[in-house]
Amino acid sequence: MARVHFTANLRRHVDCASMEADGGTVREVLGHVFAVQDRLGSYVLDDQGALRKHMTILVDGRRIDDVERLSDAVSPASEIWVMQALSGG
Amino acid sequence: MADHMIVSTRKGLFDVHREGGGWTVGEGSFLGDNVTLALHDPRDGADYAALNHGHFGVKLHRRDRGGTWQEIATPAYPPKPEGLDDRDGWNRPVKWTTQLIWSLESGGADEPGTIWAGTMPGGLFRSRDRGDTWEMIRPLWDMPQRNLWTGGGADIPGIHSICVDPRASQTVRIAISCGGVWVTHDGGATWRQSAHGMCFDDGPPGFAENPETQDPHMMVQCPAAPHRFWVQHHCGIWRSEDDAQTWQRVHARPSSFGFGVVVHPNDPDTAWFVPGIKDEKRYPVDGRLVVTRTRDGGQSFDVLANGLPQAHAYDIVFRHALAGDDTGERLAFGSTTGNLWVSEDQGDTWETVSTSLPPVHAVRFTS
Repeated sequence: MARVHFTANLRRHVDCASMEADGGTVREVLGHVFAVQDRLGSYVLDDQGALRKHMTILVDGRRIDDVERLSDAVSPASEIWVMQALSGG
Repeated sequence: MADHMIVSTRKGLFDVHREGGGWTVGEGSFLGDNVTLALHDPRDGADYAALNHGHFGVKLHRRDRGGTWQEIATPAYPPKPEGLDDRDGWNRPVKWTTQLIWSLESGGADEPGTIWAGTMPGGLFRSRDRGDTWEMIRPLWDMPQRNLWTGGGADIPGIHSICVDPRASQTVRIAISCGGVWVTHDGGATWRQSAHGMCFDDGPPGFAENPETQDPHMMVQCPAAPHRFWVQHHCGIWRSEDDAQTWQRVHARPSSFGFGVVVHPNDPDTAWFVPGIKDEKRYPVDGRLVVTRTRDGGQSFDVLANGLPQAHAYDIVFRHALAGDDTGERLAFGSTTGNLWVSEDQGDTWETVSTSLPPVHAVRFTS
């Protein structure tokens, strides 16, 4: 199972510890995560299920390409990081 | 008379209380987070706070009277149909996601639990269960005229004013920057444009008077005379005496430009505004911060400055940051500079509550 990590900034709003989840794509893995923690989904994805504008996801250190459908492939050993850009005042 | 208010700011929401004859900034909630708007529902005492986390999107929280804040559902847009080329009045693609909750209002006295929310990019939502679930008002969103709407100061259009008619809760009027004024008499099933008489000062023929693209900044309805309305528009001040069917322009000094408007709850001829130099500048005329008040339906305006800074004031007061209480005696406003003032005599004199708040988005008196 892939392992999904969340940043401290996100954990300030939603209790989301790192967790393991099945799936062949980023969307499938996150779907399993959000099934456990349903409030988390709206913090990461917009109303259409696309990655929010100032969020990014790294799979094994590489930024995903498909921010709309989250179709990037994930292996059982993958490390997935859900991160936000650091900006603002 | 209200002794409390809730102040929404760029860095949190603050409870402000009247104590010992003066006003004090009390406990803060959501410190560090961008609270863009709050609602106090006098029917059950609950408060609602809209947050915009930027990275993590828009969220909504509710605090029951005497309770703590709990996150509730956020109005969400339905799935955008595959292949739909949906564009706004500037021909830019419309993103079907809540980008700002720009208006929050209680439903009628006969519909407890009903809350209305207006959003950017222009969707109107209703909850019948105090925000636990929301329904989008699809007939408004699906109108072809929506594709004429544009952003005003913002990049995208939005609903900033919602007036639920005290005579009939199914009659609701909304104002849109920039999309005019819309009215429904059947709880949102059908809608009709209602900004006739408003106009821009510039623009090509057919544009300036087109109600579909007017930019009302804020619209209010007098509770005691609900056929009477006031609008602070991008190009000036308008009033209506016929249920917002037609609008007449009035002129104020030192300026008719501004964002907010408050109408006296018992006297439709009395209204307050905070003027600034018109749109390309947006700061108080001559750096002197004043409130304008009419008591005769806009024929004349008092310029109220007692207690307000009269030199080097560059405060702008956003549309939801000017508030009145349920008696019409008390007024308050907060500014982009983080100042907060209150008046207990209809604006004749002003007390400074704070000069060091974060930029203020919205002020509401609470019961």
